[in-house]
Amino acid sequence: MGCKRREFLKIAGLSTLAGLAGKSAYELLAPGELEASQFMSGGQALEAERWAMVIDMKKCSEQEECRDCIDVCRHVHNIPDFNNPKDEIKWIWKSPFQHAFPEQESEFVEEKLKELPFIVLCNHCKNPPCVRVCPTQATFKRKKDGVVMMDYHRCIGCRFCMAACPYGSRSFNWRDPRPFVNKEEGNPEYPTRTKGVVEKCTFCDERLAVGKIPACVEACKEKVLVFGDLDNPNSEVRELLRTNYTIRRKPELGTEPSVFYIV
Amino acid sequence: MLEKALTGSGKYWGWIFFLLAVIGVGFIFYLQQLSYGLGITGLSRDVSWGFYIAQFTYLVGVAASAVMLVIPYYLHNYKKFGRITVLGEFLAVSAVTMCILFIFVDLGQPFRVMNVILHPTPNSVMFWDMIVLLGYFMLNIVIAWATLGAERKSAPPPAWIKPLIYLSIPWAVSIHTVTAFLYAGLPGRHLWLTAIMAARFLASAFASGPALLIIICLIVRSQTRFDPGKEAIQTLAKIVTYAMLTNVFFLLLEFFTAFYSKIPGHMQPLQYLFFGLEGHGKLVPFMWTFVVLAVVGLGLLIPPSSRSNENLLAVAAIAIVVSTWIDKGMGLVVGGFIPNPFEEVVEYAPTLPEISITLGVWAIGFLVLTVLFKVAVSVKEEAAQ
Repeated sequence: MGCKRREFLKIAGLSTLAGLAGKSAYELLAPGELEASQFMSGGQALEAERWAMVIDMKKCSEQEECRDCIDVCRHVHNIPDFNNPKDEIKWIWKSPFQHAFPEQESEFVEEKLKELPFIVLCNHCKNPPCVRVCPTQATFKRKKDGVVMMDYHRCIGCRFCMAACPYGSRSFNWRDPRPFVNKEEGNPEYPTRTKGVVEKCTFCDERLAVGKIPACVEACKEKVLVFGDLDNPNSEVRELLRTNYTIRRKPELGTEPSVFYIV
Repeated sequence: MLEKALTGSGKYWGWIFFLLAVIGVGFIFYLQQLSYGLGITGLSRDVSWGFYIAQFTYLVGVAASAVMLVIPYYLHNYKKFGRITVLGEFLAVSAVTMCILFIFVDLGQPFRVMNVILHPTPNSVMFWDMIVLLGYFMLNIVIAWATLGAERKSAPPPAWIKPLIYLSIPWAVSIHTVTAFLYAGLPGRHLWLTAIMAARFLASAFASGPALLIIICLIVRSQTRFDPGKEAIQTLAKIVTYAMLTNVFFLLLEFFTAFYSKIPGHMQPLQYLFFGLEGHGKLVPFMWTFVVLAVVGLGLLIPPSSRSNENLLAVAAIAIVVSTWIDKGMGLVVGGFIPNPFEEVVEYAPTLPEISITLGVWAIGFLVLTVLFKVAVSVKEEAAQ
């Protein structure tokens, strides 16, 4: 044993330092993305390289009064109803074509299209500006499947992500949402949020983890919403993208939305 | 040296207690905000930053403007600024204090603020803004305190202070550049997505900060035996003149790009601010007040005859301070959110609690400023005797 006490302590101290420095350096260099291995997979989880959604507005427009996808989301995610636009929390909702696609504005756009309510939600961008600006990585893009996630327990409520999102997809809890969650329709399996944090659609990550497709996709009887793996050439979304003309919201910004619209 | 802030005239204590009262009122409203949430403000999911962030943005500029004293004095050996450079540095300290507080009161979960340090995120501009603001705060308090301490002992400032002073110059530029980057790097916010944002910020900072310092110098002279010096104030006035001209020029550049290119996204926020959009125009009167005050201020500052008249100079300085506050505070922050990403107009106006909390933070800033200035002026009065 040629290792003296002092040398041992030296080596132990240095390796601790190296370990700490290495970890923080890694965290600094790979910000905002988490390895898949950091999440537990239950075996039955749905997996993809990059989750995406295709929304067939031709089908949707035939059921203008239908709100099934919106209502089910409100129910499974305990989204409060404040009944005023100032405090409103929105995950998936309807916005007329001219507002969802303001850059497509034209006086002579097809009459039916102009006011047609489009289903809008978080685009789960490939290059999400919200993730880029978040100072705490409370919002992050999941490396394994591209879902833009929210950590309600880490969010400090600075709302930089809301300024950064070019789609208005993020909502802030301006006040305690719990008294405004419908108690009978609430879902005890999903957490309610606290005041002072930002929230948005997460492609139902909690359902994907147990092998279920997003609630809105499941709820749509007309099969307007199609969910699948954008990186898999044999997926249903890729088949739809191959055979239909589709558009995305504000593609000129380079955010690469993962939500496509058939018009 | 701090003990010098504990003795003062009745007027001094009256002012201190007035500030404490304003702070108290603000604090009570802040407790209400803590329990209810930020819904107590006029903010919404469409205009998600407002009055607090507006003050923050404006005050970063005031803080950065200390460099307008440091450069002439330390780099060009402009002796006239020797008497007031420390005042500029203390103004920066109080401005950064307010900046940090305005960010704090704007947070939805203020008790989690340390998450920014626990989970350092270099790709977020806000992370860098925290670093540069804290660093600038430290630099200015250390430099000003050390030089003032030396002055008190009639000794030259310690040698180790020089590198810090040189460092504080690029650092001042960095705080406002990084603050501009908070806005200028966001896709889809047309008013903010401009390469000259940092340049505009610096120009308006170098107008508003020295203008505020002129007002403060005139107050100090009338209230104490310390005279900042007529020539120093005149030099400040020239700095304000050039900086404000540059600031207005930059704003006109924005107008040209928006209205000659005729790209709707670029025109809409400016239309909203100055002319109203889709029947909404809450900020229009304020923006025209900005225009009028900027014109009046420059009209008084440019001719040497009115600039050298200290009464007119005071009016001009107030006009510049108020106009830059409207433009860079309210106009810039709120205008960036209107119209929203759906090109709908949702307006914003601060509420009473929001304004009270804002005044409370300003009062904290003025309290810090008063205490620091009391120390500085007492030391200088003694040294003069």
